[in-house]
Amino acid sequence: MPDYDASQVIPFQPPRSPEMPGLRVQGLHVTRRNVALLNGVDFEMSPTGITALLGPNGAGKSLLLRVIAGLIAPDQGRVQIPRAMRERIGLVLQRPVLLRRSVRANLRHALALARVPRRDRSRRVAGLLALGHLDGLADRPARRMSGGEQQRLAIIRALAANPLLLMLDEPTAHLDPQATHAIETLVAQISSEGTKVILVTHDIGQVQRLADEVAFLHQGRCHERAEKTAFLRTPESAAARAYLNGKLLL
Amino acid sequence: MPTFSDSILTALGLIASADADLLEIVALSLRVSLSAVFLATLIGLPLGAALAVFRFPGRGALVVLVNALMGLPPVVVGLVVYLTFSASGPLGVLGFLYTPAAMIVAQTVLVTPIIAALSRSTLSDLLGEYDETLRVLGATRLDVIATLLWDARFSLATALLAGLGRALAEVGAVMLVGGNIDHVTRVMTTAIALETSRGALPLALGLGMVLLLITLVLNAVVLGLRGRLEAHAHA
Repeated sequence: MPDYDASQVIPFQPPRSPEMPGLRVQGLHVTRRNVALLNGVDFEMSPTGITALLGPNGAGKSLLLRVIAGLIAPDQGRVQIPRAMRERIGLVLQRPVLLRRSVRANLRHALALARVPRRDRSRRVAGLLALGHLDGLADRPARRMSGGEQQRLAIIRALAANPLLLMLDEPTAHLDPQATHAIETLVAQISSEGTKVILVTHDIGQVQRLADEVAFLHQGRCHERAEKTAFLRTPESAAARAYLNGKLLL
Repeated sequence: MPTFSDSILTALGLIASADADLLEIVALSLRVSLSAVFLATLIGLPLGAALAVFRFPGRGALVVLVNALMGLPPVVVGLVVYLTFSASGPLGVLGFLYTPAAMIVAQTVLVTPIIAALSRSTLSDLLGEYDETLRVLGATRLDVIATLLWDARFSLATALLAGLGRALAEVGAVMLVGGNIDHVTRVMTTAIALETSRGALPLALGLGMVLLLITLVLNAVVLGLRGRLEAHAHA
């Protein structure tokens, strides 16, 4: 039995912020063991819509997300994020770690960490479950679900704090087409409701379906940032052209 | 001198007849050891969690110390507690010496490092898995500790069982601070030592069998519960 009144379900309500300035990374450098993992990343993203981060393995995409999220401090450079957005960032890692609890308990835990009042949590859980189409799995141990279901749970869990910026690190890697479609639908809905999304992906089709703009990273630098269609049709940088043509980038 | 089989038969008879002396000794043993494990849990779990989660100067040395203290010789602990509670000791005024209270304190000192060290190890492993996720979700360090303690609760039960095993099997410290006084501070291990030295092997064997049985039952119950609850809670 659900522990909430279905008529009182609180849907996912990202706070729309009028005239939010853009998100900018400036001269980011991260070096580990004398290897420059980020080597002066510098670009600006629009404050709304979906920005796809493209690039070969090892380009620094996942690391860049961690720096933006504040998990890793850069050696040099800075991340300029609007103050409201800085306090409301969601990040879903490539291999999301779900707690050893039920689906519902994972969401309740995230809501508690987001300091959502206890009285609202059941209704928020119901809203998030509905958004992720996980209503029927609320009491299932989270780690026993399929890969696609776990990924959806990780995404809706990241929405617990009503983030203004949601970053997804290859959310559909290793998923079948149905699970991928479900994730893409969810991401599109989240974006359409006002949350800025940064999506790391290697799937060009996914970029075409979801993204508004693309930033291309290679060897720890941003080689190009452009509107999606322009990038896919006429990439300006040689590295991006080679990547899109399926050539090995070293 | 009774044969080994005679001793076992006599021991089984004592258990079957619920011998009053035997039950009294068993009850005191359980009271002392369970109390000590309870107190050690109150101290050891937060200590283990803090060592797993917080980073501070000297943490590495503290971890080594806590791990080393797992091997504390019981007689040394008994001696220190004895001196502490003796009439001229700093806590002599409490009058704990030769009472179950002193035995509880001695066993708490012995068990706390075991619970702290094992829980630190368990929680450190889980923190490695959870750390980034919890930070992204906005968890404070205290939130992290609470989350780790809850999610590792089944593994931590093993640490508590190890502590209980140590407490129940311990003889040197309780002998020194309790004095093995009949009907006052005599527990299973001290009674076994005494009865064996007196040649009363049936009672010693009976106590030994009860001690093994209690350990076996407690482990079976906790591990059985753990398996059932764990299967329900997570994969």
